Amino acid sequence: MNSTNQTASLLEVRNLSKHFGAVRALNDFSMAVRPGEVVALAGDNGAGKTTLIKAISGVFQPTGGEILLRGKPVTFATPQEAREKGIETIYQDLALADNLSIGANIFLGREPVRKAFGFLPVLDRKAMAEAARETMKRLDFHVSRMEAPVSNFSGGQRQAVAIGRAVYWDAQILIMDEPTAALGVPEQRKVISLIHQLKAQGRGVIFISHNLQDIFAVSDRIVVLRRGIQAGERKISETNHDEVVKLMVGG
Amino acid sequence: MTSTSPAQPAEKHVAPQADHGDPARGWIARIAEGRAWLFLAGLIICFEIWSRLAFGATFVLNPFNLQSIAIFAVAPLLLATGQTFVIISGGIDLSLGFIMGLAAVIAAHATNLAGAAIPLPLAMLAGILASVIVAGVPGVINGLLISRLKVPPFIGTLGMFGVARGAAFLLAGGTTVPVQNSWFALLGNGRFYGVPYLVIITAVFVVVMHYLLSQTRFGQHNYAIGANVQAARRSGIDIRGHILRLYVLSAMCAGLGGALYAARFTAGAAQAGEPLLLDSVAAVVIGGASLFGGSGTIFGTVAGALVIAVIQYGLVFVNVEPFWQFIAVGVVIIISVLIDQAQRRFSGARQDE
Repeated sequence: MNSTNQTASLLEVRNLSKHFGAVRALNDFSMAVRPGEVVALAGDNGAGKTTLIKAISGVFQPTGGEILLRGKPVTFATPQEAREKGIETIYQDLALADNLSIGANIFLGREPVRKAFGFLPVLDRKAMAEAARETMKRLDFHVSRMEAPVSNFSGGQRQAVAIGRAVYWDAQILIMDEPTAALGVPEQRKVISLIHQLKAQGRGVIFISHNLQDIFAVSDRIVVLRRGIQAGERKISETNHDEVVKLMVGG
Repeated sequence: MTSTSPAQPAEKHVAPQADHGDPARGWIARIAEGRAWLFLAGLIICFEIWSRLAFGATFVLNPFNLQSIAIFAVAPLLLATGQTFVIISGGIDLSLGFIMGLAAVIAAHATNLAGAAIPLPLAMLAGILASVIVAGVPGVINGLLISRLKVPPFIGTLGMFGVARGAAFLLAGGTTVPVQNSWFALLGNGRFYGVPYLVIITAVFVVVMHYLLSQTRFGQHNYAIGANVQAARRSGIDIRGHILRLYVLSAMCAGLGGALYAARFTAGAAQAGEPLLLDSVAAVVIGGASLFGGSGTIFGTVAGALVIAVIQYGLVFVNVEPFWQFIAVGVVIIISVLIDQAQRRFSGARQDE
């Protein structure tokens, strides 16, 4: 089936390189993510996965190559710029403020303000709670007590909050770094189902994991990195665990 | 909630079940949050009983006692208000006591100097303004040290503790600086329908600070930084700018404390705030804030400051040796922290971060 090339790529990385002195952390690497597609990024420790996502999310400036967003070349000086263009990274350690509510976390740094008595600026908690409820509903996550701090929630639920933040701000590309690593099995399933939701909404997901089971459960394609170069790219439907492991370790 | 019990059946949907409506936990949390007010009520009842048994006189219904306690609480509360912001952000400001002393000396000098040139009420205002602004200078330095040079708050403000102390004593010439200004004296000792002006000023100030902490983006960012500075940074919050403003704010709170001290005693003294620094930290902790950052409220701190003031004044009132004050305040701090720990354990707050 040749249809993959007919849909325009949401994100494309062309010949991307990142060198730290003599160390070539990433070398001439290319990949693409289409709308509604989950692309898994696999590779051993030190293969360059983290370097790649940091280059895409604006943390590092690449040494060479280009990043295209909907076909247009872009550069990001800061992670903020990448976020403004719709690329959101969900870190392993979640980046939530545990003592704040879901709404406050979604709006962290961008809080809406209303005027009390017509002049006094105050946080619009009602709007935050309302938007949070709507957003979480879209992820099939129903919360009864919106004012509860997120520390009250379980790991998978907190992951949902982090994803909810990205969804609320309309991220088109979500980079998820080991989203299931710290979770128990039932919680892992919840996160996998969340990723299916994102896919159904037409967003692109780059999914980084060590867990081949999760990769096979959720991804459409898998890209394998080895020592900074692209060691292979497979459709999930056309590969198996053994082949992927071989690509990872270079067998 | 015990952390994610594996016995739970796997679900198809992401359903939030375990988080809500556990009545026992809500109850414990509410008591823990309001513990400072419970302490306060308990203390007042104790002293009332003690006073009636020992002297056959009322403690709490005596307006003179209430005025004295309120006056007693003013200076520690002003320091503690700034300290609340700093502690919620995960820092601590050890320099506040001597910034207050410095401000008291500046207030005295500035009021006297201005009094020679302009009418007394204006001179009073100039003195207060000068002391608050000058107090901001060590705050700026604290803020820059902590935000730009990554000096730990404990060390940076400890250094400023010494610098402000020396500067205050130098400016005061090693003695107290008397203020010649009848308006200033009136401000410090006058009353409005029996309520001292100092208490009114402090009450208004505290309400404004409560607004700043609970209703503004500045306050919200303060909580976020205290809980998870990485998360705050990734959310695009200007951490360095926030920390700078934060320490200027706390120093200016101490500045106002110094100015009001100078008004109360019609003199500025470098050691004005020396014993109050630890009281300010104690008030914040008794008020329910965590020294690890991320939690606390201004009204909790108000209760904490009142607890300390009631202990100090009450023990004098019932004629106990004053040294017991230290022991009593110390015990209350420890109990307060124990309640905080217990509440964390019960509420299942994650301990791994």
